[in-house]
Amino acid sequence: MNLETSHTHFHTLVVLVENKPGVLTRVAGLFARRGFNIDSLAVAPTNDEKFSRITIVVDAESAPLDQIIKQLDKLINVVDIRKLDPPNSVERELMLVAVAAPSTRRSEIMDLVRIFDATVMNVGIDQMMLSISGSPTRVDDFEQLLRPYGIVEIQRTGRVALPKLRKTD
Amino acid sequence: MQIDGGQALIRSLELEGVEVIFGLPGGAILPVYDPIIDSPIRHILVRHEQGAGHMAEGYAHATGRPGVAMVTSGPAATNIVTPLCDAMLDSVPLVVITGQVPLSAIGTDAFQECDTTGITMAVTKHNFLVTNAQDIPQIIHEAFHIATTGRPGPVLVDIPKDIVDPRNPRSAMQWYEPNSINLPGYNPQVTPDPAGLRAAAELILASKQPVIYAGGGILKARAAEALRELAELCDIHVVTTLMARGAFPDDHRLCLGMPGMHGNYTAVTSMQESDLLIALGSRFDDRVTGKVPAFAPNAKIIHVDIDPAELGKVRRADVGIQGDCRLAIEGILAALKELGAPDAQPDRREWKSRISGWRENFPLTYEQSSSGDLLKPQFVLEMLRKNTPDDCILASGVGQHQMWASQYWRFNHPYTWINSGGLGTMGFSVPAAIGAKVGRPDRMVWAVDGDGCFQMTAQELVTATAERIPIKVAILNNAYLGMVRQWQEMFYEERYSEVYLSPDLPDYKMWAEAMGCVGMRVEDPEDVEAAIIKANEIDDRPVVIDFRTDAAEKVFPMIPPGLSNSDIVVDPTQAALLRRERGR
Repeated sequence: MNLETSHTHFHTLVVLVENKPGVLTRVAGLFARRGFNIDSLAVAPTNDEKFSRITIVVDAESAPLDQIIKQLDKLINVVDIRKLDPPNSVERELMLVAVAAPSTRRSEIMDLVRIFDATVMNVGIDQMMLSISGSPTRVDDFEQLLRPYGIVEIQRTGRVALPKLRKTD
Repeated sequence: MQIDGGQALIRSLELEGVEVIFGLPGGAILPVYDPIIDSPIRHILVRHEQGAGHMAEGYAHATGRPGVAMVTSGPAATNIVTPLCDAMLDSVPLVVITGQVPLSAIGTDAFQECDTTGITMAVTKHNFLVTNAQDIPQIIHEAFHIATTGRPGPVLVDIPKDIVDPRNPRSAMQWYEPNSINLPGYNPQVTPDPAGLRAAAELILASKQPVIYAGGGILKARAAEALRELAELCDIHVVTTLMARGAFPDDHRLCLGMPGMHGNYTAVTSMQESDLLIALGSRFDDRVTGKVPAFAPNAKIIHVDIDPAELGKVRRADVGIQGDCRLAIEGILAALKELGAPDAQPDRREWKSRISGWRENFPLTYEQSSSGDLLKPQFVLEMLRKNTPDDCILASGVGQHQMWASQYWRFNHPYTWINSGGLGTMGFSVPAAIGAKVGRPDRMVWAVDGDGCFQMTAQELVTATAERIPIKVAILNNAYLGMVRQWQEMFYEERYSEVYLSPDLPDYKMWAEAMGCVGMRVEDPEDVEAAIIKANEIDDRPVVIDFRTDAAEKVFPMIPPGLSNSDIVVDPTQAALLRRERGR
């Protein structure tokens, strides 16, 4: 797991695609056969049911970003590609994490939950399941701080992003 | 009007102007073969689905129109994967229709089921799985649109049996003629940016050592005329890549011929020494550049391509122009004239005299054999060229014979050279020649093939005989997988591993005759010309000539793999001269 997702060689691409069967395979297949690396990927329908949005974090060390974008754009079902750089975009990621939490350490963990504005989703005899959504760096920080307690299972969604809104006319 | 999906498919093909389908029926595509009986479209029954694909490619290369192939599901679909990949790499417009098991059976491992769209995703420009009979006309229309616009390429349409089977209610549809394209993500830009055109013109006018690096895009864009005008206006030499042979006449004083791994010395060296490469519809393929960091180290680059992903993919362009090659060349011409061309150009006499020197010192060369010795393949090609019309179409397989054909043939017309460049598909020539002859029945069509290649697809000569498609095939039979043998000789210390094929097994003459062709065998240099003349007189069936050639003959020049184009190896008879040239 890369803990510094804002590393300069990672780029976020927001790809608008036609909502047709097999489109995700086309995108993923293109990355595989051209030797481009995907760091994370999130897909969901948009407000227009004809289109879906794929947020891909790419490792531009594997290939020039420009080439990745141009090859993606050649896919017939890809309608639009936006390259988002972190300062000009809003990025969010969701993490579910089960952490070892014997009763003696629960309050410490609860402190972290409060500080990070995370949520307790489920509690077991000696484990807690937490949820956090936020910027990828915040999610990273939370994960890192939980690590000493013993992470049992973890699931991150991969980031989704949209460009920041215009501030002036 | 209510018709069924199979009828709709054939009607849709008619609507797209399709005159011929290369195909072979089978279970899943059966319902579509019934309306073919009543259609004016000619169907050519192939003997193997790979043949159908390469015939469609040959047809497309020769005519500029999309080639159409139709085969059934499963093994038929997998058999046509090679031609799809071939067409993908050489930007050949194809529409391939495959049958598929009924929708309800998809995903059940049904008989002759395979995931055709999944398998072909990486080797098509786009593919479709049709799920509704009503969509057939629209999807066929879009398939042809995608195949023929922008950078051309193969499109596959996979059609489940139930939506074309009149006995199935799912096949019912209301016929319509599609009048629009609904592809929001596909909008190829063909008009070049004027600023780039002007910048290109300025670079040309500042260059002292320019070379035009013409690629297959010239042919795709029907830009041969424009290319000639550009070369002549500025008096710039032109190299034509393997995919562009014929795009600029070989007999033109400015033509330097083929560059690359087996390019001639002058084409390779002029590119290497140039200060400006004008890349028009070419893609800096590794077989042209050799070791990329050492390729044309002092050259600025103008790069015109319809596919923006080609710009900067291999070599950064100083001026990158996205757009149709013909429009771009015409735009550059206009800008050049505005800037005062041809007068406003630097003195290039020194450059031109260097080019003349290279041409004089390092022409293509071989030593002719004497009577009684095996034939020299280059000699056979020279005799073939001498005895065929100037607009004869030549199709080639892949290997030594392909390189010799490209080197020794004089191409003076566009669309007279058909070969498998990018994928290097052995067995391409016989079916491609058949497709070309179907598209251009007015032209003489020769296939030049190696004995290894011929054995891969020769069965299509049965198709040619049955359909009365009188192509001619010259097998340069050296009894070896010749190019592999050459590499083993040069780079594996003459350790020949699995390359010997035998000159007599099969007996090519008898095999040709068994397939309904005229078969001939030529073993003596003195008989070559007579055999060719005899073959040219036969016009009612295919002809195959088994030319017995010298296996020791190697293709030169050669740039050894991984080396720079400056490390070109010339014919042994020119080696001493080259050492002196380099010493200077």
